[in-house]
Amino acid sequence: MIEVKNISKEFAHKKVLKNISIKFEQGKANLIIGESGSGKTVLIKTMVGLFNPDEGQILFDNRDFTSMNYKEKKEIRKEIGMLFQGGALFDSQTVEENVIFPLSMFSEMSESEKRDRANFCLQRVNLVNANKLYPAEISGGMKKRVAIARAIAMNPKYLFCDEPNSGLDPRTSILIDTLIKEITEEFGITTIVITHDMNSVIEIGDNISFIYKGEKWWEGNKSEILKSDNKELNDFVYASKFMKRIKVGL
Amino acid sequence: MTWLTSLGRYYILMTRTFSKPEKFSIYRKQIIKEIENVGLGSLGIVAIISLFMGAVITIQSAFGFESPWIPLYAVGVASRDSIILEFSPTIVSLILAGKVGGNIASEIGTMRVTEQIDALEIMGVNPSGYLILPKIIAAVFINPFLIIISMFLGLFGGYVAGIFTHAVTSYEYIYGIQYDFRPFNVSYALIKTVVFAFIITSVSAYHGYYTQGGALEVGRSSTKAVVYSSIIILLFNVLITQILLS
Ligand SMILES: Nc1ncnc2c1ncn2[C@@H]1O[C@H](COP(=O)(O)OP(=O)(O)OP(=O)(O)O)[C@@H](O)[C@H]1O
Ligand SMILES: [Mg+2]
Repeated sequence: MIEVKNISKEFAHKKVLKNISIKFEQGKANLIIGESGSGKTVLIKTMVGLFNPDEGQILFDNRDFTSMNYKEKKEIRKEIGMLFQGGALFDSQTVEENVIFPLSMFSEMSESEKRDRANFCLQRVNLVNANKLYPAEISGGMKKRVAIARAIAMNPKYLFCDEPNSGLDPRTSILIDTLIKEITEEFGITTIVITHDMNSVIEIGDNISFIYKGEKWWEGNKSEILKSDNKELNDFVYASKFMKRIKVGL
Repeated sequence: MTWLTSLGRYYILMTRTFSKPEKFSIYRKQIIKEIENVGLGSLGIVAIISLFMGAVITIQSAFGFESPWIPLYAVGVASRDSIILEFSPTIVSLILAGKVGGNIASEIGTMRVTEQIDALEIMGVNPSGYLILPKIIAAVFINPFLIIISMFLGLFGGYVAGIFTHAVTSYEYIYGIQYDFRPFNVSYALIKTVVFAFIITSVSAYHGYYTQGGALEVGRSSTKAVVYSSIIILLFNVLITQILLS
């Protein structure tokens, strides 16, 4: 479980996160939704320590991350898998090398074990026959999937995904959502997923936090979200014609 | 930002860079890769520049010594001293600052703005150690070899030019470059080379590492890396020369 307590963060006098508190449960897909620019990415980057919060606490299974030194943070980070919004693949390495990288760094596996593990992860994101290609040679959606494979390679305890299915076709998108949900439940991972995609919300949203202009505006689960009478949330959820039609059907 | 803050950030980056590696085998692989990059990758340009500059230095020396009172072998002596003391260690290092330094800053800068450095950090890898240390070690190790090659090629270029322009005879040139030869001058040159190699790699890495923004800023960092490492090389050149030769 990861607990965020009263986190605030500002950049050059612009308050991006305002006193946010959320509990992210183990073995569940915890979703963060909200408009573009509402502070979702800053929130998870603050949680993993890429930004220091101005105020507040972050607890990884009751271990206070905020008060740790660099070395202690490094130990926690070995338990974290993270998918960046832009993928952040290593340009100078092939797809396979990217997935193998954390294994080489932190495991004692043999070369063939590492390759097997990498292939297994790549298969799970439905990416085969791309092992020897470089990030510059694959499509945006493929990059995203390689990044997911890399994030899960080390069997993380905590998995952070920043928009795992933006830029993917509907079928692959569902595949990724299902994968995230499966491994989360199978390995008891504390998973945090940022998404814009209402389809994912309905598909996997165990816990959903809605961020509005840097504040936690609403929280609930996938059945509650459709029935909420929160105006800002409804504006977000029912922005599309498609969702509006669903609302009529409810 | 004042230069004092920059110096502080540089110092912090270096202490992180020189902290204990996560895994030696991976660092070893990186070092070998960087030696290939920095060393073999620069061999061509170092060779061409050294040959031509050696030639020019010899022709100029001969031109300056057109006096019956100065023996012809002095051309060899002068060329040798210019090449070993100054041209090879300093000028070639400045060229390398442009080539290698620009390269390092843009590589690390790109990794910064595309979040690759954040990705390393999140994995629990020390990004500065992993990215910068192998480059520093590789350059400090391989640059002395490049500079020695540059010395030989410079002297050879001078020889060829001297013979072809009839500025000096083969016998006198070779006698000249051996005349009153002081091995300490080579040590002095190599000490400079090692210090310059450290400056080139660490200063350029610093500029890349603290890049903020996008592709435009990466270009700017790369320019800054070259300018600053060149200036710092020139400063240290005076300093080391004063300490070692006076
Ligand atoms: N490093 C930074 N320095 C200054 N401001 C920043 C920085 N990173 C983000 N911001 C600001 O914080 C706000 C929230 O950004 P954030 O990236 O968290 O949005 P987001 O909710 O992830 O949006 P999107 O869905 O488009 O990815 C934005 O206004 C952005 O300008
Ligand atoms: Mg974002």
